[in-house]
Amino acid sequence: MTNGRRSGLGVSLSQAYLQPGSSSFAEFLAMHDPSLLPAGRPLPPGTTVDAVHGTTIVSLTYAGGVVMAGDRRATMGNVIAQRDIEKVFPADESSCVGIAGTAGLAVEMVKLFQVELEHYEKIEGAQLSVDGKANRLATLIRGNLGMAMQGLAVVPMFAGYDPETGGGRIFSYDVTGGRYEEHRHHSVGSGSMFARGAIKKLWREDITSAEAISIAVESLYDAADDDAGTGGPDLARGILPVVAVVDSDGYRRVPESELEPVVRAVVAARQTRPDGPVAPVTG
Amino acid sequence: MSMPFYVSPEQVIRDKADYARKGIARGRSVIVLQYSGGLLFVAENRSRALHKISEIYDRIAFAAVGKYNEFENLRVAGVRLADLRGYSYDRRDVTGRSLANAYAQTLGTIFTETQKPYEVEIVVAEVGESTHDDQLYRLTFDGSVGDEHGFVAMGGSADAISEKLRERWTEGLDLGDAVRLAVELLGSAPVNGTGSEESRVLTPAQLEVAVLDRARPRRKFSRITGPRLAELLGVDDDSDDEPDESPG
Repeated sequence: MTNGRRSGLGVSLSQAYLQPGSSSFAEFLAMHDPSLLPAGRPLPPGTTVDAVHGTTIVSLTYAGGVVMAGDRRATMGNVIAQRDIEKVFPADESSCVGIAGTAGLAVEMVKLFQVELEHYEKIEGAQLSVDGKANRLATLIRGNLGMAMQGLAVVPMFAGYDPETGGGRIFSYDVTGGRYEEHRHHSVGSGSMFARGAIKKLWREDITSAEAISIAVESLYDAADDDAGTGGPDLARGILPVVAVVDSDGYRRVPESELEPVVRAVVAARQTRPDGPVAPVTG
Repeated sequence: MSMPFYVSPEQVIRDKADYARKGIARGRSVIVLQYSGGLLFVAENRSRALHKISEIYDRIAFAAVGKYNEFENLRVAGVRLADLRGYSYDRRDVTGRSLANAYAQTLGTIFTETQKPYEVEIVVAEVGESTHDDQLYRLTFDGSVGDEHGFVAMGGSADAISEKLRERWTEGLDLGDAVRLAVELLGSAPVNGTGSEESRVLTPAQLEVAVLDRARPRRKFSRITGPRLAELLGVDDDSDDEPDESPG
């Protein structure tokens, strides 16, 4: 029998494929070909690597769904490594994931997470619950702890539509795989504290999805305003933030035709008031 | 010490093949056929949970008849192979042809090297950019592969159904016509054990129907159930009040 072990390149399905096992693709990889896991290639002890870093991701809920947005900059030290990197991805048809931290590892982890969710869905014939998905992502991050301690941390944020609550839910993570549910809004990455300040002042319980998109763009503008690692909208090159909406209809990336007027309006308003919209003060 | 009886290799192979064929013939049939918008899968299956038709990858689906635990094993292996390949290369590099090859090798090995062959017959189908690019592979219990054109029938009354399909299937059927043709032929097939030659009218609750729809975005596989199926068949939706049973 030809051995089909190496990455499934052989022609016959080896025992590993036919073994009854879990519905997790990551667990299958760990058993069958661990070198393909993002954390499957440990660094020599005591070394650190200069790698490309992704920066700011924001997420906020609105009545009936959740919006996630990310700027387009990746940095390596003081250099802009990429101007148009994408850091917000669909995780499956009803959730999305955004990444900050080491871009190479994070993008690979997102890819694994996407396969993980689809694999489960195909094997089991049913989707995981929102909490189930959030927990699977935590497990993947936990596997990366060794690399995180050597400077290659991955800090994702996960958001999905929960049919049970009829609204969006947001989860944040730390490098140890700790999973924390966030309420209303959250942001991660180097510009996150500036973005969070902006969202805090603009977010209300009853905002619509269009308002949520606009708030996300405002907050990324503020992050780029004060954080060197975050890129603002680059209208000269036509580089806009990536904005995704998840609601009962599923994942939708806001198309450029819809996003561009919003971004232009935000940028135009900043020409007269560079600090952005004014929040009302009581008393 | 007693000498074992000599059995010729030809006899061993024949016995295994007969055994597998009998097992497959007990099951109800599955039809896979091309329609204008992609590939259609229709199975007589009263179970909502135990599928005979499944998604493997973006453009690839799987249909099977025979022993559930055996073809389920193959299905899961196929999903693992496809996902691993797509993960380590690219989604476009997962093809029905390579999957059919892997199944053929696996079934061939099981048939020759183990006491009991798998009592299954499977179809690996891949929907292409146009009807011309659609691919249908039929795999039997001994690992032989057939590259089929237009339609495939498997299971207990495969031969009778294939004959009728040869007469009645034409290229460019629309979805409704294709579903009605498949359901009529499944109903016209004699049910094993009852000896009845009368044709039956199958209701949506007795059917498992799915398509690889060329027009869908990335994942082309979609199940047709409930009101949509009833509408295609031109009957009332009765799918809610039938209890689940194991597949026939």
